Amino acid sequence: MKHVHVQYFALLREQARRAEESVETAAATPAALYQELAGRHGFTLPVGRARVALDGELAAWDAPLRDGVRLVFLPPFAGG
Amino acid sequence: MFRITSTPLDPDALRREMLDLRAGGFVTFEGRVRSRNEGLEVRALEYEAFRELAEKEGERVLAEARDKFAVLSAACAHRVGTLQLGDLAVWVGVTAEHRAEAFGACQYIIDELKRRVPIWKKEHYATGASVWVAGRGEAGEPARGIKEKDKTGAGGQSARNPGGCG
Repeated sequence: MKHVHVQYFALLREQARRAEESVETAAATPAALYQELAGRHGFTLPVGRARVALDGELAAWDAPLRDGVRLVFLPPFAGG
Repeated sequence: MFRITSTPLDPDALRREMLDLRAGGFVTFEGRVRSRNEGLEVRALEYEAFRELAEKEGERVLAEARDKFAVLSAACAHRVGTLQLGDLAVWVGVTAEHRAEAFGACQYIIDELKRRVPIWKKEHYATGASVWVAGRGEAGEPARGIKEKDKTGAGGQSARNPGGCG
């Protein structure tokens, strides 16, 4: 099991009812962790519509999930 | 200079930082909260940002604009928090010797900001409903709405032109 610090914004923050949490997971990738947390929190956004950041930079959904990483799930951007 | 701020944007102060006697052209874009989107009456907008990445990505966009266009300087500021109708949500300023480069860089910056910088907005409607606007997901993906369950059903925009300003 690894320890991941997860942060949420906007729609995902509201659906998770929290801005951040620490999770213990066996997920190998951000995609697997998203599916795991989507089941727990009832996310309506498909994984293909969201993006993920690892340690403050955008990352691939199939990147390896390392112990202690800071992960952020990002809904589609809408600035401006 | 790319800035995310929760305090009101001051266009006069922002432009003063950019005045330059070499600049024959100074182009700005001011994105403001408008009263209607997709046929719905908007009362307020709520913006939030993933500040750590937004500021890095915003600086990259500005650096690209300086590389691609012959500009003297380029800057952008984006507000977060709750904004009322008419409030300034985003400001872009570009100075250049000549206008064409300044216009081009200004357009590049606002377009890339909307596409790449992790900022979100929630529209609050006169009906009492509210919805997170879905602008862009993966790079180059067309705008689409996110359906968020709400009691009046005012959601699920099929927005080609996402809400908010500009």
